[in-house]
Amino acid sequence: MAMLDAPRIVTSRAEFDDSHTLARFLATGGYESLRKALTMLPEEVAAEVDEASLLGRGGAGFPAGRKWSMLRKSPVSYLVVNGDESEPATFKDHFLVERDPHQLVEGVIIAAYALQVNQVFIFLRGEFALGLERVQQAINDAYDHGALGRKIFDSGFSLDVVLHPGAGAYICGEETSLIEALEGKRGFPRIKPPFFPAVTGLYGEPTVVNNVETMSNLPWIIMNGGAAFAALGGGRSTGTRLFALAGRVRNPGVYEIEMVKNTFRDLIFDPALGGGIIDDHEIKAIIPGGVSAPWFGPELLDLPLGQDEVAEKGSMLGSGSIVVMDETTCVVRASWRITRFFSRESCGQCTPCREGSGWLERVLYRLENGGGRMEDIDLLLDLCDNIAPGLTWPPQQTTICVLGPSIPSSIHSAISMFRDEFVAHVTNGGCPHD
Amino acid sequence: MSHFRTELRQRAEEIIALYPRKRSAMLPLLHLAQEQDGYLSDEGIAEVAGLTDTTPADVRGTASFYDMYHLEPVGKYVVGVCTNIACLLAGGEELLEHASTALGCAVGSTSPDGLFTLEETECLADCNLAPCVQVNHRYVRSTTPEKFDEMIDDLRGGRLDHDVPSHGTLIRVRRNGGLRAERSEVAAERAEAKAAREARTAKESS
Repeated sequence: MAMLDAPRIVTSRAEFDDSHTLARFLATGGYESLRKALTMLPEEVAAEVDEASLLGRGGAGFPAGRKWSMLRKSPVSYLVVNGDESEPATFKDHFLVERDPHQLVEGVIIAAYALQVNQVFIFLRGEFALGLERVQQAINDAYDHGALGRKIFDSGFSLDVVLHPGAGAYICGEETSLIEALEGKRGFPRIKPPFFPAVTGLYGEPTVVNNVETMSNLPWIIMNGGAAFAALGGGRSTGTRLFALAGRVRNPGVYEIEMVKNTFRDLIFDPALGGGIIDDHEIKAIIPGGVSAPWFGPELLDLPLGQDEVAEKGSMLGSGSIVVMDETTCVVRASWRITRFFSRESCGQCTPCREGSGWLERVLYRLENGGGRMEDIDLLLDLCDNIAPGLTWPPQQTTICVLGPSIPSSIHSAISMFRDEFVAHVTNGGCPHD
Repeated sequence: MSHFRTELRQRAEEIIALYPRKRSAMLPLLHLAQEQDGYLSDEGIAEVAGLTDTTPADVRGTASFYDMYHLEPVGKYVVGVCTNIACLLAGGEELLEHASTALGCAVGSTSPDGLFTLEETECLADCNLAPCVQVNHRYVRSTTPEKFDEMIDDLRGGRLDHDVPSHGTLIRVRRNGGLRAERSEVAAERAEAKAAREARTAKESS
C-alpha cells in the first residue's frame, strides 16, 4: 500500500478553487516563511536548504544547496528560475504555476535573499498562457503587498522579479540554452566548460538556475526546518516529490508523495493515486523519468521512487514524469514518436544529434509503416551508438548538451525489451497493431 | 512612425527597461509584435530590431528558432493538437485527423474561411487530460471529437472570446510593480544591511 501520510509540502492549497489568489495565499500562511527568513542571516537560510538536502526537481537532481554554494562572489549576480517544462509527459511545474503561483514567488524571494541577489528572472514556458498570467498577477500582488521591491517587509533587502516568457523550444530547458534565450538569442546550449552558470551565467555573471518545483519547496523548508524535510523520504532522496503520471492509467495526474517510501506500483495502482491500468490491461513497460530515460519492464514495479534507487537500475527519476504503456501500446510507434520529438527539437549545433535524430526517425517510421528491413533493427542500434557510444547509462556524450545522448534511450530500451516486435513489424510488413 | 500602436509601444518600452541589456527583451517584444499583427510581419520585425538595437535579419534569425512565432499570416485561432507520447497513448493522432477533417484543412495550414490554423504540437504539459488541445495557447480541454466540434462552434459563435483572445495575445496581465531604484543604490543598501547584520551577530556572540 502506498504511504500517503507525509505532509503536502507544495500542493497544500491545490484543492482550493482560488488557490492562485493572494487572499487564499495569505489565509493559508502565505509570506510567513519569507518574514521568518528575513529575520535570519542569509547564510542561515542557505544552511537550512543544505540541511534539507533538497535535490533539484528539474531533471538532473543536483543538490540545490550545493548549487547555491558554488555561486561565485561578484557585485552582480542573478537567480534564474527554470519554468520551461517541456519534457514530454511532464506536467508538474505547469500544475504549480497555475495552482499556486504565490508559493513559487515566495520561494523565489527566499532563495534570492539567501543568495543576496537583487534581480530574478522567472523563465516560463511560452505555451503556458494562463500560467504566465497567474505568475505575473502574483508578482504584481507581491509588489503591492510589500513582499517585492524596495526594502521588503521593512528589511534592508530589495528585490526585482521579472517574468520572462519563452517562445516554444524544448531545448531552452537546458540551463545554458535558457540563458541564451534570456539574452534574446536563439536557444543554443553553450559549450562547456565552464560547466556551471554559477561561475559564468547570464551576461557572463554568476547565475543560479533553479527549477519551479525546487523553489516551491522553500517556504515549507524555512517554516519547518531543513531537518524536518530531510526526515522525509530516504537516502539522498529527501522530502516529497511531485510525480506526473500519464499514459494508460485510470487516473493520470500530478501526485505529491513521499520519496523512496513509495514504489512505482504504489503510484500506478493505489486507488488514491493512479488507480490501475485502463480496462485492467497488463503493463508492458514504463518510462520512469521523462522520455529521455531508459524504460523499465513490469519486473521493476516494486522499485522505490528514489533518485539513487532508480539510477542503480540503469535509468533516472529525471523530471518526475512516469508514462505507463500497456499491451495495447505499440513500442515501435512509441519510440518513433519520441524520436521524432527529439528530431524536431534538436537545436542543430551538433552533427550526431541533428543528423542522427532525423535518420533514426526515418528508419523507425519505415518500420512502423511497412517499409522496414530486418537489418534496420541493428542499424538503429548502430546509429544510437554513434550518438552515445557504448549505449551505457548515464550515456557517453558526443554533443554539447544532453539532448543528443537522450535520443537513444527509448530506441535502445524498446529493442532490448521487445526485439520480437521489431522483427514482427518487418515480417508483417508494418505495424501488427493497426 | 512606430509600427506598434501607442499602447503596445508603451508596453514595449516598459519591457525593455526591465533588462540590463536591450536585446534580452527580444522574446517578449516578438510576442508583442505578434499580438499586434497576429504573426511576425516585416514591419513588426523591423520595429523589434529598432527597439533592441539589432537588425531585422538578426531578429528574423532569432524568431525562426522558436515554434510560437509565425513568420507567415495565420488564422485568428491557431489550434494545436498534441500527439506526443501521452497523447499518442490516448488517441491524439486520431483527434488530429478529426480536427483536420472538421476544419477542412491539412495540418500546418489554414481553413478555407481563414479563421483556423491547425498545428500538430509537441507535449503541452497537460497530460492528465490527454489528448491535449490548445487554441492560441489556451487549454480548451476538448479531448473527444464531439467536444472538439462543440469547441469550434463556440469559437465561431464568439462564446469563448473571454478565454481565447486572438492569436498573438499571450499575457493579458500587465506588470504594475518594480524595484524602480538604481542598481548602485540597491547595492549600497545591501552592503549597509550586511554590515548591520554582522554588527548584530558580533554583539550577540560577545
